[in-house]
Amino acid sequence: MERVILHSDMNCYYAGVEHLYHPELKGKPIAVGGDPQKRHGIVLTADYMAKKYGVKTGMTLKEAYALCPCITFISPHMDRYLRFSRMAREIYGEYTDRQEPFGIDECWLDVTESASVKGDGYKIAREISRRIKEELGLTVSIGVSYNKIFAKLGSDYKKPDAITSFYRWERESKAWPLAASKLLYVGRRTAVKLHKIGINTIGDIANAREDILTDHLGKMGSVLKAFALGYDDSPVKKEGASAPVKSIGNGITTVRDLENIEDVKVVLYALSESVAKRLRENGFSCKTVEIHFRDNGLMSFTRQRPLKHPSDITAEIAEAGVGIVRDNYDFRKPLRSIGIRGCDLIEGSYWDQGDIFQDPKEREKRMQMDRAVDNIRERFGYYSIQRGLMLNDRGLSSINAREDHTVHPVAFDFSR
Amino acid sequence: MSYKVYVDVVAEFSKDGILRPRSFTWIDGQKYEIQSITDIRRAASLKAGGAGMRYTCRIWGREAHLYYEDDNRWFMESREDIRTEE
Repeated sequence: MERVILHSDMNCYYAGVEHLYHPELKGKPIAVGGDPQKRHGIVLTADYMAKKYGVKTGMTLKEAYALCPCITFISPHMDRYLRFSRMAREIYGEYTDRQEPFGIDECWLDVTESASVKGDGYKIAREISRRIKEELGLTVSIGVSYNKIFAKLGSDYKKPDAITSFYRWERESKAWPLAASKLLYVGRRTAVKLHKIGINTIGDIANAREDILTDHLGKMGSVLKAFALGYDDSPVKKEGASAPVKSIGNGITTVRDLENIEDVKVVLYALSESVAKRLRENGFSCKTVEIHFRDNGLMSFTRQRPLKHPSDITAEIAEAGVGIVRDNYDFRKPLRSIGIRGCDLIEGSYWDQGDIFQDPKEREKRMQMDRAVDNIRERFGYYSIQRGLMLNDRGLSSINAREDHTVHPVAFDFSR
Repeated sequence: MSYKVYVDVVAEFSKDGILRPRSFTWIDGQKYEIQSITDIRRAASLKAGGAGMRYTCRIWGREAHLYYEDDNRWFMESREDIRTEE
């Protein structure tokens, strides 16, 4: 089924909130930032009227004043902005649990599954826009599309208070004529580089040869080409996935000390299940696996190893972990606790260079198996399906599982 | 245009988690009992400037809006410029 993705962007957010709180300034240009009394600091957000005078984010108040003498400066009220942002998310939350904030004022929403109840994406966008206006007194621009990149294109297309669709069939006619700089991740410097090789529109990027793009932009070249073609299937993260995650890990002090590699295997597989599941839930793959050791004298250290291929597969992560232990620990002292962590995270949905020693079919099988296990556990509980290995030592394997199947245990803190 | 006026409110928390204002004291010191609440919803007051839970109240047969902001404060819209401290 085609996804329905919205990108909602609250217009001139800080300035919008301040306008609400200062009805007497209606129709007058304002900028939020700095300390107006002392007349120093920089502009955080200018409203549309001030922007017309040329006032931009990052200018000093003095520069802004020179461009627009009738401007009113207002000190920022961060608590207000956070409060309104939270209220907006409550509204989004009535349409989907898949909302991924992009800063305080922007948010992606995957409303595919509510479309049957609440109407198509455009209708939901209209309703959200109306509600934000009535309930928060702010305006939003919303993009409606089938992927995150084009949805963002839509919310940027027309401002303020607008809804723009970028459906699949509108790709050539609507998205491609736009300037290349409108595409997410094309900043000023990338735009200049693209311009030098004669690429000015999103359509130019889509139709450019990939090797030329990668020659000039490195890996990003391929990513941008995929974006321009609308080949973005990165998921909208679930509510609360929050902040950029740098690594995902899990550790445990076991019921008894681990004496040999067989003990370690049981524990690492149990831990890897939760680590890999969280990677999958958040749409990540890890490029490196790290093991944290602590022996019964409480001496601890960490070893890591890159994976041949980024992975969110339970078995691969666990195997790498077991390998690290095998090569780095001699069990002269038993282990009191152990942790495993996936780091160097990348968005899981991007393709990966294959190699001739790799068996893609086998990997695909393992991925499907993980998905199937996730599914079964979601429906019937954590214990409904187990690895045979877990039966080797029920004591060691059960303790993690128990914690795990309620809420994922708080990640073991590796920071020293 | 109206003005934003913060008022003292006596309110009731029910055991099922609902907050209901019972009475408020206007700036002139007059206390008003709220006869009934006809609507509760989140709304912005573009006139007074603010947003929160809006209680549509009947007071002496007349309708008035009482807004609850998250920071434990209640405000109303006034026609006169008697703005209270923000």
